[in-house]
Amino acid sequence: MAARRRAATRGTFPGWLLPLALILPELVVVGLFFLYPAARVVEDSVTASNAFGLSSRFVGLANFRALFSGGDELHSLEVTALFVGVTTLVAMALGLFLAVQVEQLGRSRVLFRTLFVWPYAVPAAIGGTLWLFLFEPGIGPGARLLADLGVRWNFALHGPQAMVLVMAIFVWQQVGYNLLFYLAALQGVPSEFQEAAQVDGAGKLRTFWRVVFPLLGPTTFFLLVMDLLAGLFGSFAVVDLVTQGGPAGATSFLVYQLYRDGFVNSNANLAAAETIVLLVIAGVLTVFQFRFLNRRVHYR
Amino acid sequence: MPAIAMEGLTKVYPTGQRALDALDLEVKEGEFLVLVGPSGCGKTTALRLVAGLEEPTGGVLRIGDRDVTHLPPKDRDVAMVFQHYALYPHMTIEANMAFPLRTRRLPKAAVRAKVLEVARLLDLEPVLGRKPAQLSGGQRQRVAMGRAIVREPAVFLMDEPLSNLDAKLRVQMRAELLRLQRRLGTATLYVTHDQVEAMTMGDRVAVLRGGVLQQCDTPHALYQRPANLFVAGFLGTPAMNLFRAQLAEDGQRLRLGSQQLPLPPEVLATRPALAPYRGRTVAVGIRPEHLALGATGAPATLRAEVALVEALGAEQLVHFTLDAPAQPVEDRAGRPGEEPAPLRLEQTGATGTARVGPDEAVRVGSTVEFGLDPATLQFFDPEGGQALWA
Ligand SMILES: Nc1ncnc2c1ncn2[C@@H]1O[C@H](COP(=O)(O)OP(=O)(O)OP(=O)(O)O)[C@@H](O)[C@H]1O
Ligand SMILES: [Mg+2]
Repeated sequence: MAARRRAATRGTFPGWLLPLALILPELVVVGLFFLYPAARVVEDSVTASNAFGLSSRFVGLANFRALFSGGDELHSLEVTALFVGVTTLVAMALGLFLAVQVEQLGRSRVLFRTLFVWPYAVPAAIGGTLWLFLFEPGIGPGARLLADLGVRWNFALHGPQAMVLVMAIFVWQQVGYNLLFYLAALQGVPSEFQEAAQVDGAGKLRTFWRVVFPLLGPTTFFLLVMDLLAGLFGSFAVVDLVTQGGPAGATSFLVYQLYRDGFVNSNANLAAAETIVLLVIAGVLTVFQFRFLNRRVHYR
Repeated sequence: MPAIAMEGLTKVYPTGQRALDALDLEVKEGEFLVLVGPSGCGKTTALRLVAGLEEPTGGVLRIGDRDVTHLPPKDRDVAMVFQHYALYPHMTIEANMAFPLRTRRLPKAAVRAKVLEVARLLDLEPVLGRKPAQLSGGQRQRVAMGRAIVREPAVFLMDEPLSNLDAKLRVQMRAELLRLQRRLGTATLYVTHDQVEAMTMGDRVAVLRGGVLQQCDTPHALYQRPANLFVAGFLGTPAMNLFRAQLAEDGQRLRLGSQQLPLPPEVLATRPALAPYRGRTVAVGIRPEHLALGATGAPATLRAEVALVEALGAEQLVHFTLDAPAQPVEDRAGRPGEEPAPLRLEQTGATGTARVGPDEAVRVGSTVEFGLDPATLQFFDPEGGQALWA
């Protein structure tokens, strides 16, 4: 009803030629740069080309089967899940924790907010280089500190160490983003609720977990999706700079694997299948996001 | 032992605002005490100090026999109803009401039983599964009450809990709330800026102005013997008529503009504090209901010109002008009165109101004679404002 009323008050053009002419530029852009490539990716993902890319034939879901049937590609899926899961969890927890701390500050709030958001504003290449410098095995100050602590630090050799390093860099970048949103959300929670909880006998922790945190729900959900997406797609620069997916594929996440399959191993069909997998995950997350964000806004 | 005792309670905000100045106030066991005053007079501040949501800058606060001045809110055993209710929006009504019990780690079954009992008391059983957003204003108000009473706290604190309701519901909830408080017998400190609410609900009413307590007494005593001009002007609808008048040297007459009111000897006899004002200017207060049309037989009369008549059905309000100087007084919103006029008596044009029967024929523009009994007059110092009784 409301929608119909709104549509009725909106101006409408007669016929269809003029509207079509008006949206034509947009259609061309979308078609040329989105729909056409997407169609090509779908096509590539269900065909197999010979080594020179001159002929191709339909193979059904063989490329996808290859993806999930073991080898580098399945491993890539696994490390991607680990990486995205851990970084999202840590970046969100840390972002929330820091936001709560910063929110309690007085005048220095702006200063700390700026400091924490800085890494997010720095290009990944610069941030990555910085970390690389800090943790260059045997040379970097961070690496030497770890060595002094008895850690045999060499992320170029030890897969788990490479994973931890890439995770740390990524979290370091992402925390500022989460902090910013959590800070805004915290400031939007009316203090009356916290005061009511205090008078109702709740301590600080209980007030936070039972009253404040649930009210941050929409923000948490939004950040969850954003962080998952960032982990899926945004890790490319860091990985390329720091580990190139190594050692032994330990940090070869899906975005990186598809780049290697497509451009280094020249297997466009496999890369296309990987792209489809990524797009489906992203699509699902986005739909999920829109579905829930509209419904789960709590107050006022 | 009082339920709440404030001794010299003072709050100066970091901005330098002295919101509460040495408040001495006691809420007795089982009492419904109303804190009333114009906007910004420090009512909410006082309540928040008692709840522990603000730290006092001076004074002592006791709840029961405990000094709670520096205790956090959760250790004070108070329950508060907030102006906007502050119901937790993400919890069901049941969870909202259970929250204060759950924080005390009571067994689940006991919590549920208690919540049900209170929900039944407040007629909230059918909505226990809903979220606050799905309730009407009156229901939300009751949930807020319910959340306060499940815990059986030592005292209730309420900050304008009815101000969000429409007029009709407000009157209804007033009675309901009072009935509930009587039944529970829990000492209650109730804040409002609505003087009608204060007068109808309070066992005693404390009038606050600019962070300073003006008077604390029963509604009847406040109305009959306001301690100063502010209280006199604040309580009562329509407000008390206040004029400046000259008391004759012999204390037997009062000159009000061009008119003379005879004062029988009892007036001075019952008001020793008035004696020093012989031959001087005083502020005189007349309640609108003490002015009667048809002056025959009245001990004194007052002539006035009718400016406006409001027929309210059961009565009429006759607004009049008088050739006497007005006594400036802060209005109910706390805005200061006009500059205090110099103590001359020549100015004219004071306005006043009389409450008369519904059937009296009063013509706008006509001059009428009101009869009044001088014993009902109230006298105040025209500058200091204090009432002149004993
Ligand atoms: N947190 C604060 N910081 C500084 N000043 C404050 C603060 N809270 C209140 N005040 C000031 O203290 C005075 C008393 O405020 P308070 O809220 O107690 O008034 P009130 O009587 O409850 O008014 P109202 O009827 O409008 O609710 C006001 O002048 C107000 O501006
Ligand atoms: Mg207030």
